[in-house]
Amino acid sequence: MGNILEMRGICKSFGEVQSLTDVDFRVGENEIVGLLGDNGAGKSTLIKIITGFYRPDGGEIYFHGQQVENLTVPKARALGVETVYQERALADLQTLWRNIFLGRELSNRLGFLDIGTMRRETHRLMVEAMEYTSSAVNPDAVIKTFSGGEKQGVAITRALYFHAELVILDEPTMGLSLQETRKLIDFVRSIKSAGKSAIFIDHNVFHVYSVADRVVVLDRGRVAGEFLTKDITLDDLMEKMYRVAQTGSLD
Amino acid sequence: MTARVETPSQGRLWTARVTQHIRKNGLQLGIIGVLFGLWLLFIVGAPDTFLKADIYRALMTSVPYWGVIALPLTMVIIAGDIDLSFISIMAVGMVAFWEVYDITGSLGVAFAGCLTVGFLVGLLNGVIIVGLGIPSLIATIGTQFFWRGVVEVIRGGQGESLVLTKGTILRDSLVGKINGYFPAQAIWMVLIGIAVWMLLNRHKFGAHVYLIGDNENSARLMGVNVGRTRMLLFALVGLAAAFGGVLQSLDVWYFWPNLGEGYLMNTLAAVFLGGTSVFGGTGTILGTFAGCFIIGAIQPGIIAIGLTGYWTKLIYGLIITVSVAMHTILRKRIS
Ligand SMILES: Nc1ncnc2c1ncn2[C@@H]1O[C@H](COP(=O)(O)OP(=O)(O)O)[C@@H](O)[C@H]1O
Ligand SMILES: [Mg+2]
Repeated sequence: MGNILEMRGICKSFGEVQSLTDVDFRVGENEIVGLLGDNGAGKSTLIKIITGFYRPDGGEIYFHGQQVENLTVPKARALGVETVYQERALADLQTLWRNIFLGRELSNRLGFLDIGTMRRETHRLMVEAMEYTSSAVNPDAVIKTFSGGEKQGVAITRALYFHAELVILDEPTMGLSLQETRKLIDFVRSIKSAGKSAIFIDHNVFHVYSVADRVVVLDRGRVAGEFLTKDITLDDLMEKMYRVAQTGSLD
Repeated sequence: MTARVETPSQGRLWTARVTQHIRKNGLQLGIIGVLFGLWLLFIVGAPDTFLKADIYRALMTSVPYWGVIALPLTMVIIAGDIDLSFISIMAVGMVAFWEVYDITGSLGVAFAGCLTVGFLVGLLNGVIIVGLGIPSLIATIGTQFFWRGVVEVIRGGQGESLVLTKGTILRDSLVGKINGYFPAQAIWMVLIGIAVWMLLNRHKFGAHVYLIGDNENSARLMGVNVGRTRMLLFALVGLAAAFGGVLQSLDVWYFWPNLGEGYLMNTLAAVFLGGTSVFGGTGTILGTFAGCFIIGAIQPGIIAIGLTGYWTKLIYGLIITVSVAMHTILRKRIS
């Protein structure tokens, strides 16, 4: 099976801080990859390199086997990468529809907005994907007043709209209720059954284990190991995670 | 992600619609309210002046000089930046106008040269601010002095008569009197207002302006070209400043090298009075438009009412402070 994404020898530092050192990472077709690691392990930095937000200091990036140089956010989105960032990446004072289409507004060739379609699509998405009742969805609502779960719903709906090949979810369950978390896990499963791929980052090892095909463990900017979830029990995985945190090594 | 299960009755739905409308337009309604309140006050206080057309003609003559700059400046402030250098760009534009006219002998080419120079000087502001990461407040204090200095060095303090523009198409179309009465620059201010409104509310560019001012990091994460958008904003203010400088100079038949001095506070006050937030992310063109005419009307209004000119600044201060306080309270209430 081919890889939709492959990264080799990725390095990234912020001044003195070496966030990623010689990281190899790949995502297969129709594969859910879980990314585990302690706070500061470099998970968010890695996915922001994939989304084109950070430029790596060294290393190579391939999409569908084609090397991509000078990856930018618009380029990554055009390649089918959609992301639910850890920091949500919403604009609080703007309306729901503007947030859904943030950075990818529908417009004509001269750049004038197609507001009607964006509002209609926002309404449809919130009803179909997020199961809101029709009258409760207001595309013109300013999202400042939304709850944490609702905002997360907006960020996820947005990632859904553009029919991504690869959906990246960075700590999406943070701040969600139990009910909402369960819906999110179902959503990740639906990515799998729709034949797409995902990178799923979460603090909760159980969540990751239950949806991922493969788990990659990052530790202090390096890949400490990876496992197919079918080859390892949850207890063993927890044990290994614990050991990594203690000793920096899996065994 | 929670499904909101509610089935509002017709009555509640209607109330919700009205509340939403007020929410959406509350700030604009507020500023229009201030405009009409002040107007009423002046009519009652000085009916002889404010029930006659002359005062409105005077406003429509002089407000557009700087009003055309306040409109794109609103976008700069919505994006979370500020520009204090436009008053000097007005004069730089007129220097370019005169130099190009000197060489080519064509007023049309001189006008084009003036606008181009205004655009480029504004763009240079943007390049300095975005490229070097200098806060716009500080950078444009610097460029304000620099460009005024350039004007003074080139002109040596010398002005220039523009009587030679008499009867030309350029002068007639920019600041001529329509039907021998109505000042053309007011039409230009309306046209620029419409253009800027379209850009801000109906174009990708404007959508990005709001996003950048609201949450720059989100804009970057989602692939908005933040640097280019900000640079273009400063260029547009430069362009408008050059245009405003031409309006003012042609209208008074003379280019003064201190052109623009005295417009800084008016212009900024009009934008903030209009409900644009200094924190970025919110603001409207209609608000700024109303703000311009409020600021413009205060001084003649005070004098017409019979107070001395000494009262002007005090009343300015009161109205600006009260309006900005009103906006802040409204904004808190609405959210
Ligand atoms: N923009 C940045 N500037 C400076 N340091 C950063 C930046 N982003 C991340 N880091 C540092 O890189 C390391 C990895 O961070 P991050 O990728 O956010 O970890 P994780 O997502 O795994 O918690 C941390 O030490 C963090 O402080
Ligand atoms: Mg992180």
